[in-house]
Amino acid sequence: MSLDPATVRRIAKLARIRVDEAQVPQLQAELNGILGWIEQLNEVNVDGVEPLTGGLTMAAPLRVDAVTDGGIAEAVLANAPDRADDYFAVPKVVE
Amino acid sequence: MTYTIEGNTGSWEVVVGLEVHAQVITQSKLFSGAATAFGAAPNSQVSFVDAAFPGMLPVVNAEAVAQAVRTGLGLRAHINLVSRFDRKNYFYADLPSGYQISQFEKPIVGAGVIEIELADGSTKQIGVTRLHLEQDAGKSLHDQHPAKSYVDLNRSGVALMEIVSEPDIRSPEEAGAYVKKLRAILRYLGTCDGNMEEGSLRADVNVSVRKHGEPYRTRCEIKNVNSVRFVMQAVEAEAARQVDLWESGGTVQQETRLFDSARGVTRPMRSKEDAHDYRYFPDPDLLPLVLDEAWVADLASKLPELPDEKRARFIADLGLTPYDAGVLVADQAAAAYFETVAKGRDAKQAANWIMGDLFAVLNRTGHSIEDSPVPAPALGQLLDLIADSTINGKIAKSVFEAMVETGDGPEAIVAARGLRQVTDTGAIDAAVDAVLAANPDKVADYKAGKDKMFGFFVGQIMKSLAGKGNPALVNASLKQRLG
Repeated sequence: MSLDPATVRRIAKLARIRVDEAQVPQLQAELNGILGWIEQLNEVNVDGVEPLTGGLTMAAPLRVDAVTDGGIAEAVLANAPDRADDYFAVPKVVE
Repeated sequence: MTYTIEGNTGSWEVVVGLEVHAQVITQSKLFSGAATAFGAAPNSQVSFVDAAFPGMLPVVNAEAVAQAVRTGLGLRAHINLVSRFDRKNYFYADLPSGYQISQFEKPIVGAGVIEIELADGSTKQIGVTRLHLEQDAGKSLHDQHPAKSYVDLNRSGVALMEIVSEPDIRSPEEAGAYVKKLRAILRYLGTCDGNMEEGSLRADVNVSVRKHGEPYRTRCEIKNVNSVRFVMQAVEAEAARQVDLWESGGTVQQETRLFDSARGVTRPMRSKEDAHDYRYFPDPDLLPLVLDEAWVADLASKLPELPDEKRARFIADLGLTPYDAGVLVADQAAAAYFETVAKGRDAKQAANWIMGDLFAVLNRTGHSIEDSPVPAPALGQLLDLIADSTINGKIAKSVFEAMVETGDGPEAIVAARGLRQVTDTGAIDAAVDAVLAANPDKVADYKAGKDKMFGFFVGQIMKSLAGKGNPALVNASLKQRLG
């Protein structure tokens, strides 16, 4: 499996990372290197083995349904580049 | 009763599947301890988890899981004892983490079924594909500032159930009946308040059309439809649009559309390129959700009686017609009201009063049945007064109106206004004699064969008794005298 330049641009766009056209060949080579390395895993026979999605064989701990958090609007908004009263303010996004 | 669209090239069938997002009733969010109450001050119900601060870890809310399982059981669906959370990746200003935690490959609930009732009295089974848990995004306000959108994260992280139907729906009516029935089940279970105005329940409507016997054609998805009526209108409008498009030589493109309720049409959403590449993958912050079989069985044993069961019981045990039973169970509060009134009384009579007089009053006064001006026990007392012949049916109607106006109980109204039925045969005989004596010509007509004069006499006698005569005694007395 190898990536073409168009796929590299698409991945960058999906990740909202600006990539100059000049950077594409280098990124393509790097990504293909990573993919080639991962490809080696395909050599392992995993017939009949459940996909492993984590390193722990335990179940998710659950919490009691109680209000224990919130009421910290100032702290939540502390890093906001822009705000209006207690709202975050962002460049207009309209669908 | 098959719904078809008659086009120039023949008749078309409509194929609809629904994805309903239902806000789960919990105190706190799916993965954080922030509150879920509606209408709080902006960003006042937000934890660092909900705002996606670095390093914050989600912890699953046990009650949200229980609510999803209860809903699955209520939909007669398979409960998956092992399920998993995945990340659905997309960028939007009100999604601070850049991904929504959802369940993609392994949802908590598998296949189930919803039975819908249609206007012609028939029923139909609509398959439920799956139900999964996911978190809601925040809310964006676009109309507060010319160049900015304002974001409130109070809703961010609130637990939602996405309930996906099979494409088994074939008409606007069926689509509406499905949403209504699903909403009733959720409300009975207490797992979602079903409030579509506040957005606790919203539907994505998938519509395609085809000639009979064809495989499915391309579908369009109409997003975020927020009332039963709009769901029905959206299906109708979108199906008509697609038929026109196919018949004019065009092709339906798979796309996301919005329903414009003011104009009654669907229009394309401004499509975001690559918007549908969600790159799902298992959320590494969350371990698999593993349910104990005994815990699920315990939830199952504590489920309330659901609409279908209640309807069957009203028909079998209380002798209601399927239609009456269906109307009463559609709203849990109406069913509870009915059961209070009907207990130990004539159930059919109770149903008639509730569906006739009471519903008319609720409509007229704008009350819901929960805050009915006539509480259920008071309506029951009124029926008792009819049953023991204290008042007749006609007077009962005016007593009922007085109950609505004054809020007094029926006995107090009957006593205060002297509405007690006249059962004194002496008084009734006297009234009958007086009416007959005053109308010798009509008595002659009656004796000459004009039977309908009988009704005239009854009317006059009742009038002279101020409507309070016992109808059976008045009839008996009159018959006896007219020989």
